[in-house]
Amino acid sequence: MYDVAVIGAGVVGSLTARALTRYQLSVAVLERAEDVAMGTSKANSAIVHAGFDAPEGSNKALFNVRGNAMMEETAHELGVPFQRNGSMVLAFGPEDEEKIQELYERGQKNGVPGLCILTGDQARETEPALSPDVTAALLAPTGGIVCPYELTIAACGNAMDNGAALLTGFEVTGAERTAEGWRLSARDGRTLDARFVVNAAGLYADQVAALMGDESLHIHPRRGEYLLLDRKEGRTVSHTLFQTPSVMGKGVLVTPTVDGNLLLGPTSVDLADKEDLSSTAEGLAQVAKLASRSVPSVALRSVITSFAGLRACEDGHDFVLRAENHALHLAGIESPGLSAAPALAEEAVRLLGEMGCPLTPNPDFQPVRPHSPVFRRMDNAARAALIQQDPRYGRVVCRCETVTEGEIVAAIHQNPPARDVDGIKRRTRSGMGRCQGGFCGPQVVEILARELGIPMEQVTKMGGGSRMLAGPLGETEEEKA
Amino acid sequence: MKELDLVIIGGGPAGLAAAVSAYDAGVRSLLILDREQQAGGILEQCIHNGFGLHRFGEELTGPEYAARYIDEVKKREIPVQLETMVLDLQPLPDGSKLVTAVSSGGMLELKAKAVILAMGCRERSRGALNIPGTRPAGIYTAGAAQKFVNIKGYLPGRRVVILGSGDIGLIMARRMTLEGAKVEAVCELMPYSGGLNRNIVQCLEDFGIPLLLSHTIVEIHGKERVTGVTIAQVDENRRPIPETRQEIPCDTVLLSCGLIPENELTTAAGIPLDPVTSGAVVDQYRQTGCPGVFACGNVLHVHDLVDYVSEEAALAGESAAAWLRGESLSGESVSLIPKDGVRYLVPQQLRLPLKDDLRLYFRVGAIYDKATVEVRCGEKLIFSRKRPRLVPGEMESLVLKKSLLEGLDGPLTVGLSLEGESK
Ligand SMILES: Cc1cc2nc3c(=O)[nH]c(=O)nc-3n(C[C@H](O)[C@H](O)[C@H](O)COP(=O)(O)OP(=O)(O)OC[C@H]3O[C@@H](n4cnc5c(N)ncnc54)[C@H](O)[C@@H]3O)c2cc1C
Repeated sequence: MYDVAVIGAGVVGSLTARALTRYQLSVAVLERAEDVAMGTSKANSAIVHAGFDAPEGSNKALFNVRGNAMMEETAHELGVPFQRNGSMVLAFGPEDEEKIQELYERGQKNGVPGLCILTGDQARETEPALSPDVTAALLAPTGGIVCPYELTIAACGNAMDNGAALLTGFEVTGAERTAEGWRLSARDGRTLDARFVVNAAGLYADQVAALMGDESLHIHPRRGEYLLLDRKEGRTVSHTLFQTPSVMGKGVLVTPTVDGNLLLGPTSVDLADKEDLSSTAEGLAQVAKLASRSVPSVALRSVITSFAGLRACEDGHDFVLRAENHALHLAGIESPGLSAAPALAEEAVRLLGEMGCPLTPNPDFQPVRPHSPVFRRMDNAARAALIQQDPRYGRVVCRCETVTEGEIVAAIHQNPPARDVDGIKRRTRSGMGRCQGGFCGPQVVEILARELGIPMEQVTKMGGGSRMLAGPLGETEEEKA
Repeated sequence: MKELDLVIIGGGPAGLAAAVSAYDAGVRSLLILDREQQAGGILEQCIHNGFGLHRFGEELTGPEYAARYIDEVKKREIPVQLETMVLDLQPLPDGSKLVTAVSSGGMLELKAKAVILAMGCRERSRGALNIPGTRPAGIYTAGAAQKFVNIKGYLPGRRVVILGSGDIGLIMARRMTLEGAKVEAVCELMPYSGGLNRNIVQCLEDFGIPLLLSHTIVEIHGKERVTGVTIAQVDENRRPIPETRQEIPCDTVLLSCGLIPENELTTAAGIPLDPVTSGAVVDQYRQTGCPGVFACGNVLHVHDLVDYVSEEAALAGESAAAWLRGESLSGESVSLIPKDGVRYLVPQQLRLPLKDDLRLYFRVGAIYDKATVEVRCGEKLIFSRKRPRLVPGEMESLVLKKSLLEGLDGPLTVGLSLEGESK
């Protein structure tokens, strides 16, 4: 019997689990995928929003501004890069200018610090690549960027280091109210008892709530497609550049990422299928076109990959935090959910306490995640010392992102452990660079097989049936079967 | 910090040949660095034959070709440091270059008077091609698949569609077939193949694998592993024609859509690149914009035959030796400019006066029948040569006699004039 079961190892569930380990509670994180950060927290804009966008008084506004203020410390403790690079909303003419004035006023009401409106020329002075058509810009100095899956992985890892259990491949398909709490059952037949349940199931939070008797939520996916550019383009701009939302649409953003790439997107298309992460030719073309409007010189030649993410849009268009019947539903956590996540986690703990979950501080809680070395972020002297301790840090596997064998092996053995090629990629950046795994892929498969003690052909890209290889040479399909 | 006359970055065919010729021209303080466990570069995974016809007059496999040069390097006792990845290259104020590398032995800093860049190239990835659809397992560059099959001994998949008809893709079509996989088709966006004609015959036609010209993959399907692709014919603007969409079930997509020189170190050193070749701008000595830094092989421009790589590398090695002896490789600079159907030229610059006859390498941008290659200085025609057929997949060269280029008074242009067109 666990004190708390958290369903969903996205950024919200992972930070909530971590926040719970600050108390003397046994915590289990249940995740349907084979790894953490496989849902919305894997693919989004990676912006820590300042908080001027959401209507005054909404949960989005409240937790965004609070989460933004908490992000620096959270990221620091977890050893995750976070940059307060500031963001701008660009106006292209009088209508947009009116709109950014509105955003400015809304931001003031939401308590966003430091907002100001720049003229087009002032904006271009700080961002020389901006289009000459920009007539004004709202500047939000507290806007920031963070890597969403790195934050999620680190949060879950830190929760595990502090005693939480992670059960992957655990898709909750049944929930039964027991005398003390809930009995959750998984598709594969496993069950787990917990006194309290936190539902942080992202796109599926409505379905999980329904399993627990609350059928009032309804979430549909809205797809956003992105283009990611080579690191050599990362300095094209320094701020996150939004376009003014208008009747024409929300526009797309142009932003550097913490890893030094340039990110363009997203589109916004409502879908029915919660699993449809495919990208489309039209979507990608639209991103390219709209991004060029903000930054005409944007180097579309340097695209290294494209991807899509799904927003969890709840009908009420606000974050839902509902505590009832030993369960806490965190639903409709669409943007700015990443920004708000540290504050949502804190609030989740408070709400659980209100429901009777005992909150006795855990004296052994370690907020700082021991970070295994990241070769590319070290200076040469530190590298030399590290290689002397462990020569595997001297063997570069991923040449584009300079990732060493030592880092890959560490990712397999650190919490939460990497089990597949994409898991290695998200933890170490091996395969994230300009060749997209063309060179390091075969070696990563080999290291995974060796460290996990499995044959090469059992190594997967992302768990399940995503096998990387058909089998050893000379084995026919019949023999395999 | 260790000081050396010459550091060669990359121990593939280019680096090996450059080292041998530099040694033979008198350089004794030299070192080859390579990140792999063995020298030979990409040749080590190219176990098919077809290498060395021009250079050695016989057909060798990739590893055999590499072994010839490895032997030459051994004979001369030229040191090769393997499993060492160069991380940075910086010109120093005193004219030498700082090479920073890493290996399991630790960090390595070398001060070199001269450097030869021979880092090779990489394949264009799916991301760079922007193919829409899902992102399942089973999508590989042809080279990665080749490494799995030939080096690791594993078959990446059993039912394959190949996008792009580059040589590695063609070779892998045959290799996968021989290993029991079914190659459904090779789709090529252009109306012609980017690979060598002999590979189309020997790797596709001999095995009945269809080559679909003017076709592309418009969508990849599958959530976990690839389950199929939708292909379509493209119009003359390379836009897919919706009515021709057709689904092919498969579990593997191989990409063979072009190679990109790996010039991260070149860029780090501040050396100017040619936007068309994606390699350094060089003169006839293969010297880059940074004095004492030379480039050769696929890092300079993508070659279709290793024989030409070796030839170019020998030139770079001799030039580096000459530079180290203090010979002047400078002189008045004249640009070489591609035009009218010629996509790029190597070298891009001449240093006058010329010491030898000039061999120019170029590629065309489309198929041309009965074209005349014309070299001009302003309006003046300096040289022309008829060619029955020019294709983008095959690198062309021509030799200009030194005497022809005396007294040049402006940039040289190289272009095509087509039959019937008069200028
Ligand atoms: C295109 C796009 C752009 C965005 N940009 C930003 C931005 O710039 N800034 C920002 O602040 N926010 C942004 N967001 C929003 C942000 O990404 C999300 O708010 C945040 O990632 C939500 O995290 P989560 O943990 O709630 O959901 P998820 O990350 O989706 O996590 C839910 C987890 O629950 C698991 N799960 C589901 N059902 C079950 C079950 N039955 N049993 C067990 N496990 C289950 C899932 O597998 C998943 O891992 C963006 C979102 C999108 C889609």
